[in-house]
Amino acid sequence: MPKLTINGSEVEVPAGVTVLQACQAAGVEVPHFCYHERLAIAGNCRMCLVEMEKSPKPIASCAMPVGEGMVIHTDSEKARKARKGVMEFLLINHPLDCPICDQGGECDLQDEAMAYGFDRGRFQENKRAVKDKNLGPLVKTSMNRCIHCTRCIRFATEIAGAPELGATGRGEDMEVGTYIEHALTSELSGNIIDLCPVGALTSKPYAYVTRPWELRKTESIDVLDAVGANIRVDSRGPQVLRILPRLNEDVNEEWLGDRGRFAVDGLMKRRLDRPYVRRHGKLQEAGWGEAFAAIAARMKGIPGDRIAAIAGDLCDAEAMLALKDLMAALGSPHLDCRQDGARLPAGVRSGYIFNTTIAGIEQADVCLLIGTDPRWEAALINARLRKRYLQGGFKVFNIGPKLDLTFPVTQLGLGPEVLTDLADGNHSWVPTLKQAKRPMLIIGQGALARPDGAEILGLTRQLAEQAGLVREDWNGFNVLHLAAARVGGMDLGFVPGEGGRDVAGILDDAASGSIEIVYLLGADEIDMAKLGSAFVIYQGHHGDAGAARADVVLPGSAYTEKDGTYVNTEGRVQLGRKAVFPPGDAREDWKILRALSDPLGHKLPYDSLGQVRQRLIEVNPVFAHIDDVAPSAWGEFGTIGKGAGEAFAYPIANYYQTDTISRASPTMAACTESYRANTSPKTGTHG
Amino acid sequence: MSESQDDTVVDQPANFEFTPENLEEAKRLIAKYPPGRQASAVLPLLYVAQRQHQNWVPRAAMDYIARMLGMPAIRVYEVATFYTMFHLKPVGKYLLQACTTTPCWLRGSDAVVETCRKKLGIGIGGTTPDGKFSLIEVECLGACVNAPILQVNDDFYEDMDAALTEQLLDALARDEVPPVGSMTGRQTSAPIGGPETLTSLRFEGDGDAA
Amino acid sequence: MLRDEDRIFTNLYGIHDAGLAGAKQRGDWSGTKDLILKGRSWLVEAVKDSGLRGRGGAGFPTGLKWSFIAKPDGRPAYLTINADESEPGTCKDRDILRHDPHKLIEGALLASVAIDAHVAYIYIRGEFYNESVALQKAIDEAYAAGLIGKNACGSGYDFDLYLHRGAGAYICGEETALLESLEGKKGQPRLKPPFPANVGLYGCPTIVNNVESIAVVPTILRRGPGWFAGLGRPKNAGTKLFCISGHVNKPCNVEEELGIPLKELIERYCGGVRGGWDNLLAVIPGGSSVPVLPKSICDTVLMDFDSLRDVKSGLGTAAVIVMDKSTDIIKAIARLSRFYKHESCGQCTPCREGTGWLWRVMERMVKGNASVEEIDMLLDVTYEIEGHTICALGDAAAWPVQGLIRHFRPEMEARIKNYRDAAARRAAA
Repeated sequence: MPKLTINGSEVEVPAGVTVLQACQAAGVEVPHFCYHERLAIAGNCRMCLVEMEKSPKPIASCAMPVGEGMVIHTDSEKARKARKGVMEFLLINHPLDCPICDQGGECDLQDEAMAYGFDRGRFQENKRAVKDKNLGPLVKTSMNRCIHCTRCIRFATEIAGAPELGATGRGEDMEVGTYIEHALTSELSGNIIDLCPVGALTSKPYAYVTRPWELRKTESIDVLDAVGANIRVDSRGPQVLRILPRLNEDVNEEWLGDRGRFAVDGLMKRRLDRPYVRRHGKLQEAGWGEAFAAIAARMKGIPGDRIAAIAGDLCDAEAMLALKDLMAALGSPHLDCRQDGARLPAGVRSGYIFNTTIAGIEQADVCLLIGTDPRWEAALINARLRKRYLQGGFKVFNIGPKLDLTFPVTQLGLGPEVLTDLADGNHSWVPTLKQAKRPMLIIGQGALARPDGAEILGLTRQLAEQAGLVREDWNGFNVLHLAAARVGGMDLGFVPGEGGRDVAGILDDAASGSIEIVYLLGADEIDMAKLGSAFVIYQGHHGDAGAARADVVLPGSAYTEKDGTYVNTEGRVQLGRKAVFPPGDAREDWKILRALSDPLGHKLPYDSLGQVRQRLIEVNPVFAHIDDVAPSAWGEFGTIGKGAGEAFAYPIANYYQTDTISRASPTMAACTESYRANTSPKTGTHG
Repeated sequence: MSESQDDTVVDQPANFEFTPENLEEAKRLIAKYPPGRQASAVLPLLYVAQRQHQNWVPRAAMDYIARMLGMPAIRVYEVATFYTMFHLKPVGKYLLQACTTTPCWLRGSDAVVETCRKKLGIGIGGTTPDGKFSLIEVECLGACVNAPILQVNDDFYEDMDAALTEQLLDALARDEVPPVGSMTGRQTSAPIGGPETLTSLRFEGDGDAA
Repeated sequence: MLRDEDRIFTNLYGIHDAGLAGAKQRGDWSGTKDLILKGRSWLVEAVKDSGLRGRGGAGFPTGLKWSFIAKPDGRPAYLTINADESEPGTCKDRDILRHDPHKLIEGALLASVAIDAHVAYIYIRGEFYNESVALQKAIDEAYAAGLIGKNACGSGYDFDLYLHRGAGAYICGEETALLESLEGKKGQPRLKPPFPANVGLYGCPTIVNNVESIAVVPTILRRGPGWFAGLGRPKNAGTKLFCISGHVNKPCNVEEELGIPLKELIERYCGGVRGGWDNLLAVIPGGSSVPVLPKSICDTVLMDFDSLRDVKSGLGTAAVIVMDKSTDIIKAIARLSRFYKHESCGQCTPCREGTGWLWRVMERMVKGNASVEEIDMLLDVTYEIEGHTICALGDAAAWPVQGLIRHFRPEMEARIKNYRDAAARRAAA
C-alpha cells in the first residue's frame, strides 16, 4: 500500500487508486466535472488539477495513479490558480442563464464557481452559440451550457451499451449529440440527466416545474418492476414532481430505468379518488360507508368458498397481508398473487427468488437465460449483466427468441426441448456449464407463466442441481420477476390454501358462477371478461381494467402515498415511504381492508402500521430482514416431467407501459410513440 | 470537416455501397491491421468512399463503413467530422485548398486567395455555379520552403503568386492539369537557382534519374 | 560548413533516383543484415552513443526512448513512425518521404529490431498524398527485394511495414493522438501515464519516432556512433535538416550541423534576409510552437536544442520562419493563434476554450482595438492554458503569444494607441 502526503498529512491507500481517490479517502475534496467513479476516466475537464511536488506542471488528480512518496497539495497557490483558470475557461462560453436553468440549485458548475469563480468576466468576445438537440421525450438539451465533460457519452457507451452519443467536430466547435438527430433508444437514458454536471441535459417532462429547494425529499423504493431500485421521491404539496435514483450498491448502484423515473406523471392521471358503487349498470360516486355497505350486503350469507381474492403487481405486503387475513376469516381458500399464472413454488423460497443476488452477478462467469429478456423486464439487472460482461470472462447464453441485450448472447434454442436436453445432460453445452466456476441461470416469467411452467421449473431445478449451480458457497438459480409485489405475496403466502383455486381456477369458477365474489387488490392484468357475473370489488389507485369491471371501487394509494413493504426479486425486503397524501378520499390500502373487515363482521386485529408489520413477521420471519436478503434453504420444487410446449415468449412488448401507472403516464405514451417510430422499418429517405 | 456540423441542407443519397473494385480495396486495407482491430481502417475506408463519391462522403457511406467495420455509427460520425479532409457536402471538381498559415502568408498567400476569389467569383467555402471549383482555406500543408501553396485535389502547386494562380486556374478551367510541384520550375525544396549543397556527390546511374 | 560527405540525406532535393536502385547506389541497404544480427542491445547502445536526439520537436534522446520499451510479456511491440509533419514552417520529412524513402524503410527495420517489434506503421499526414504514393512504391520495392517482410534481408527477422494516412489534423502529430487516430478514433491525446512504451498501439508496447529520427539511423550505424556524435555540439550531436521559409531570398531545406549560427544558416544557404540582415525583424527558429526571437538575439544565436532553450525559445523541428521589417508581427502571430484554435482537438477545457479566446483577442490586437491592460490579460490567459492540458498543444498555443509580448510589446501598445487616436479623430471630425 503506497504512502503519500496530501496537504501535509500522510495517507496510506491501496495501490492502483488515483490521487483524486486518495484525496477523497483522506477527506480532502477535489473539485471535478468529468470524473465519475462509475465511468472511464476522461481527464478532460482539468478541474481536478493539483500540485505534485517534483512535477513541473500540475497534474490531473483523477487520472494519476498514486505512487509511493508522492507529495500532493490540493490547496496551494499553484493548484488554486490552475483551477481558477479552468473555471474561467469553463465560464467564458457558458451562458449566464442560471435564473432560467433547471439545474439551478443542484449544479456542479454553479457550486464550484462559488469557490473558484470570479465575480466578473474578462472575456469580451461573443459567446459560442450551439444548436440544441432533440434527444426525444425524456432528455431536454440546452447545448450552450455543455462543458464537454463527455460523461453522457461515456454512460451511453459503457453503462447503457447504447453508443449513440458522441462528440462531433473538434476544438471549440465540438458538439455533443447524436449527430443525426434521433431520440435516445436506451431504457436507461434518464441517467445522463443526473450525470450532466451542468444544465445541458435536463429532464424534459420536469422542465420549469420547480426549484430543488422547494421539494420535499422522501427516500423510497421503485415498484414499477421487481428490481426494487432505491429512489428519492421529490414532491411539492400533494404532487410528486420527480423521482431520482438513490445509491444502493447491492441493487441499482446509482441508476434508474426510464420507466421508474419518468412514469411519475401517471400518478396524477386516471386516479381513483373516491369510492364508487355500480348502480343500474353504472359506476356512481359513493361515500366510504355506502361502498362498505354495498359489499357487506352482497357478501351476506355467501360461504367463504364462493369468495376469491387476487392481488396485483404493485401491492405492498401490508395490504396483501390484510386481505389474506380477511379471506381466512371469511373462510376462503381462493387467493393468488400470480396474476399471470406463473407456476411459482409456494413454500420453497429459494425456488422463486434471485438467489445469486444482483451484486452477486459480478461473481458469475456463465449465465444462462431461460425465457427472459432482462433488458426490458429488469433494466437495471441487465445493466449489471452488462457490467459483468465488460469486466471480461463472462459468457451469456439464451433459451428463447433472439435478444438484444447490449452485449453478446449465444443462442442455445427457443424453448422447452433444449431445456429438456440440458436437464438430461444430453446437450453438448452442458460441460460449459459444469466447467464454469460460478455459473448462474435466470428463468423468467416467459418460461413460467404458461401451462407447462411447473415442468419447466422442475427441469430448471434439475439442471441447476446437476450442473453444480447450487453449492454451499454459491447459488446460481434465479427467478426474475416483473412485479414488485410478487415475492412479498409469495413470502406471506398469498397463494391458494387447502382446496383453494389459483388465478386460472378463480376465473373459471367465476365464469361458471361457483365463485360469486372476487376481490381484486390492484389486479388489472387478468382477463376481466372471464369474471362472468361475479360481484367484483376493486381496490386500487388507477382507473384501469379492474375498476372498469368492478361493482364496487375502493380508492387506494399508489406507492408514493403509503408506507409499504416490498420484497424484490432477490428476496430483499425494503420499505417504501409515504411522500404525499393519496388524492381525495383515497386511503392507505391496509387501512381500507381493516375498515372493511369491521362491517363484514371479521375485524382485523391490528390498528397501526407497527402492528401490521409485527403480524407480517409472524407470518414469515423474512420480513424482519429490512434491506437485506435472508438466506433461503434449497428445497424441492417444480414438477418432474418434460417441457413440450412451444417456444418461450417474452412477457413485455413495450418497456414503457407495463402497469396502471405507466399506462396512465403521458410521458410513457410519448416514449412508446417515439420508440415505435425509431424501431419501425425505415424507408429509403429516413433521417 | 469541422466548419459546420449541419449536413442536413445536403441531398443525401439513400444508399451507398462500394463498387466491387473498392470492396476489394477495402478488404486489402482492413488486412493491414491485426484481427479485431479493423476499426483502424476507418480513415482509409472513408477515403475510398470519398473518392468513389465525387469527393464527398455522404451519410449513407458513413453508416455503410460503420457496419463494415462493426463500429457504432456515431464513432464514424465523430471521426468524419474531426478530420478536415473529409467533405460531408458536395465540393467542386477542382477543390482549391489555399494554405494561409503564417509561412505561406509571409510569402503572399493573400494574393493567391484574392486571385481565386476574384477570378472565380466565389468566397471561402464557395463553389462555382458550374460545380467546377470550390475554394477553401487550409492550415499549413507542410511545404513551407515552397510557399505559398495552393493544393488542388491531391496535388500541391508551389511557389505561387497572383499571376501563377491565374495561369493555373485557366489551365484547370480547360481541364488541363499542370504538373505538380513548383510552378516556377524550381527543383523541389532546393534554393532558387539550384542546389548549393550535395553538389560534389556523383552516383552511378545519374542521368537516368528523375 | 558541413561537408557533402557528412550529409546523410544525399537525395534531399530529389535530383537522383529515389527508387531502390538509386538508394543502393547512395549506400542504403548495405550490410543491413549484419546490423540486424548484431542484436537489440547493440543497436540501442549504438544509437544512445551517437547522441541522437528526437527530430520531431521535443529532442528526447532516441536510444534512451527505445530502451524504455516494456519487457516482453506476450504482447507484441510496435514501432510507429510519425510522418504527420504539420508544424507550420516544417517540410523536412516530406523530402525524406518522397526523395529518400529507403533510408526511412531501412531505419524502420533496424529500429524495430532494436525494440523487438515485427510490425511498424508509418502515419503520414493525409495531405501528403503524392508523398504517400512515392513511399508506398518504395515499400513495395523493399518487399519485392526481400529487404522487409518474412526473413528481412535474409536475417531471419520477420518485419512488416504499413503505411497509414491521416486525414487533416495537426494534433495527430502528438504521439498518443497519433495512436488514437491509427486505432480509428478521433485524434485526441491520451492521458499519461501509462506511456506508449508500456501501453501504446492496441494496448501494446509502442515506440513513436519522427521520420527524420528513424531515417538517420542506418547511416549512423554504418558510419559509427562516434562519427555522428562528432558532428554538432556537445549534447546536441549530429546533422539536422533545416527548413528556412519566409522572408529570405532563397527559401530552402538544407542539412547542416546542429549548432550552426542562425545568421550563417540564413546567409550561406538562403541568400540572406530579403533586403539584407539589417532588414531582419524576427525569426521563429523552430516551427510555429516556439517563441519568436527578435533580431538582436538572431544576430548570435546558435541553432541547437540547448542554445535556443537558453534564449527562451526552442529548436523544435528546426523550421526557421524568417520575418523582415515589412512584417506585421502581430498579425503573423495572430495567424498562428488561429491555427492553434483550428487544430485544438477540443478535449481539455483550457485549450478548447483558451485557444479561441487567444485568437479573438489577438485579432483585436492586430487592429489595435483593445486596451493596454488587455495585453497583460492576454499574457495571463496564456499562463492559464500553459501546462494545464493533457498534451502540449496548449503550450504550443501559448508560447507564440508569450514570445510576441516578451519582445514586441511596444509594437502592440503603439497599435492600440494608433487605433484610439484614429477613433478620437473620427469622433472629433
